[in-house]
Amino acid sequence: MARVIVDVMLKPEILDPQGQAIARALPRLGFSGVSDVRQGKRFEVEVDGPADDAAIAEVRKMAETLLANTVIEDFVVRVEG
Amino acid sequence: MSVDTVKRAGQTPDERMPFAELGMKQDEYDRVVAILGRRPTGSELAIYSVMWSEHCSYKSSKVHLRQFGTKAPKSEALLVGMGENAGVVDIGDGWAATFKIESHNHPSYVEPHQGAATGVGGIVRDIMSMGARPVAVMDSLRFGGLDQGDTRRVLPGVVEGISHYGNCLGLPNIGGEVVFDPCYIGNPLVNALCVGLLRKDQIKLATAPGPGNKVILFGARTGADGIGGASVLASATFEDESQAKRPAVQVGDPFMEKLLIECCLELYQADVVVGIQDLGAAGVSCATTELAAKGTGGMTVDLNLVPLRDPTLRPEEILMSESQERMMAVVTPGDIDAFLAICEKWDVPATVIGEVTDTGRLVMTWDGEVIVDIPPGTAADDGPVYERPFHEPLGQHDLNLDTPDSLERPSDLRTTLLQLLASANLSSREWVTSQYDRYVRGNTVLAQPADAGLLRVSEVMPGAEETTRGIALATDGNGRYAKLDPYAGAQLALSEAYRNVAVTGATPLAVTNCLNFGSPEDPEVMWQFAEAVRGLADACKTLGVPVTGGNVSFYNQTGTAAINPTPVVGVLGVIDDVAKRVRSGFPAAGLRVVLLGATYDEFGGSEWAHVAHDHLGGLPPRVNLEAERDLATVLTEAAKQGLLEGSHDLSDGGLGIALAEACLAQGVGATVSLPGGDAFVDLFSESTARALVCLKPEHFETLTDLCARLDVPCYGLGETGGDSLVVEGVLEATVTELRMSHEATLPGVFG
Repeated sequence: MARVIVDVMLKPEILDPQGQAIARALPRLGFSGVSDVRQGKRFEVEVDGPADDAAIAEVRKMAETLLANTVIEDFVVRVEG
Repeated sequence: MSVDTVKRAGQTPDERMPFAELGMKQDEYDRVVAILGRRPTGSELAIYSVMWSEHCSYKSSKVHLRQFGTKAPKSEALLVGMGENAGVVDIGDGWAATFKIESHNHPSYVEPHQGAATGVGGIVRDIMSMGARPVAVMDSLRFGGLDQGDTRRVLPGVVEGISHYGNCLGLPNIGGEVVFDPCYIGNPLVNALCVGLLRKDQIKLATAPGPGNKVILFGARTGADGIGGASVLASATFEDESQAKRPAVQVGDPFMEKLLIECCLELYQADVVVGIQDLGAAGVSCATTELAAKGTGGMTVDLNLVPLRDPTLRPEEILMSESQERMMAVVTPGDIDAFLAICEKWDVPATVIGEVTDTGRLVMTWDGEVIVDIPPGTAADDGPVYERPFHEPLGQHDLNLDTPDSLERPSDLRTTLLQLLASANLSSREWVTSQYDRYVRGNTVLAQPADAGLLRVSEVMPGAEETTRGIALATDGNGRYAKLDPYAGAQLALSEAYRNVAVTGATPLAVTNCLNFGSPEDPEVMWQFAEAVRGLADACKTLGVPVTGGNVSFYNQTGTAAINPTPVVGVLGVIDDVAKRVRSGFPAAGLRVVLLGATYDEFGGSEWAHVAHDHLGGLPPRVNLEAERDLATVLTEAAKQGLLEGSHDLSDGGLGIALAEACLAQGVGATVSLPGGDAFVDLFSESTARALVCLKPEHFETLTDLCARLDVPCYGLGETGGDSLVVEGVLEATVTELRMSHEATLPGVFG
């Protein structure tokens, strides 16, 4: 068993209304010194075998197919630990 | 970092500019050089290339679209016609309605959710910019075949995008269409309509008069949305910009749009706006050139003042950015403080970026240097106009000769009815429309699955008169009919939308259209377009409903395979008293069922030919505009007199489908007998100018008198009641069976 993490973020040039809403809310709640916030998604994928190259390649394929919308999002795959 | 200035352009006359990469032809580029007397700067090229694009300049369609003006019927209701952001119609009691339909086809294919969502956002801003409060939306959608894989990607995304944006804005989605046909597989059509209400004396126009007045950009900050083309410019001119920026999908923020709506309405109320324009395609380029061209003629803009989401944007990119939720206003210096205070109240960023002048030039600066210096009219109004060649497609004649007469007709009409009722295009659209909020704001009287959406006019608007009036809206289009005969196809789209409005009891007043076609450079496609426009203009004249605006979408094709020509027509009508509106279908038992209009043996382009034989050939049903007008008069007059309890328009699938849908509306059955000699023709022919109505038996004679006066054929078919649809001697099906056939199809595919 191993855990593979997929981080999905909107591409930098894509508008992120949720991130902006958070950025606007922070000063209202008394947090200062924040110039921007971007919001993304994190997936924890438990694979049955070891997190070898084949398993990671498979998770990458999952990310391309389902976890991320590659038209507007980038993703990073890494093994936890 | 250096920037391509007007001065530099004068010094480097021979520098190669990437006009071809921006979609500009050599002769168009030469024309820009001739206008300016020198090579354009990168920023000027950005402006001309987007403003002279097909999308903004209508260069291939203009010569044909003129007919909407020259053939326009006289209409006392028309307050603002074509050429503004949207048409405005007088609906009485001091109220006006503004409405328009616009395509967002290609973006919805690339990224269905965001593409469709920003389509809604864009059309809503058009309506806002006329001075109105947007009150409802509707969407006319076309997808590939229901069984084709990509439809399962595109449709759910599009529906989600529309519902997300519209529901967040709090606008009811009151109707529209969903049609499947393999011809749309790589080119789905997403046509979004919005309607707004305003006081008649409140209309705002896109103009920038008065030297010294300030130009304010307000709404969202500008980012790299939809600037694929501009990046070519930036990277071609500047080496340090070489990191390739990909064309960025536009992402909408409906909550910002909601703030913009409320902010604009308060600005109008405070009377601090001289002219206003929304930013859509071509963003700042379009807004500045159009406002300046329609105003005193000149404007200065400091592009450094444009608030940016991405601080690395170059001026060329700022000019071309299609970032959503932005507006531009012209404001007198004395009103600036009041204007900015209202924006501040609504949390809408607003910045003065320039000033109106009387120089006749649009001048833009960047870091103190002049980077744009052009006569604005040359970009906004004097774009190239093409008389593109057109001719009837090869094979059109053969297509018309391949009539459905030779197709084998069924003997078991019960099976045919259930099969049609469950088919992709006639099955229940509930899976789609249930994702839309149809009743928010509380003024929706009729919405899907009614033939037309109907809204009560009861906005709280300062200074407005109370009224019992309502407005009805319907959109229609049939690409199969238009493929067989584009002239008739466009007229049939209008006929059906017109009829859909009339069956609610409303009087049709005005038209908007969205013309979806393949490439105008293909003479066969251009023929379809020319025919469709000619047909629509002629029909509008006969029916007395002017075209108030709309949009053309070309290049809906993959390789050489163009979509079926798909003119989508929206009709707006008004009803004096919403309490007199007619319900959809059979509302109760014990009512007389009456068919209005004549039925002929007409199956060209029909749903039956499509579903049973996958056949498209022959000619579409005959257009009969006089009969449509008389039928509409009967319907509206009967509604006014309170004769009708329910109604339903006859269209795709004919009387059989209309009867089944009328039963399904409230779960009330009916027993009818057919008027003609051929049950198959009676049930499934798609002859036009027909409607089904039901009424209390005591009103039957008044209705037949009314029909006789207007020469509208009128047949008593039978009576409502029971839990089955019984066509005597032909078929019988329980309402439950009908429902199971009708409602299982879309959920079966989309879950």
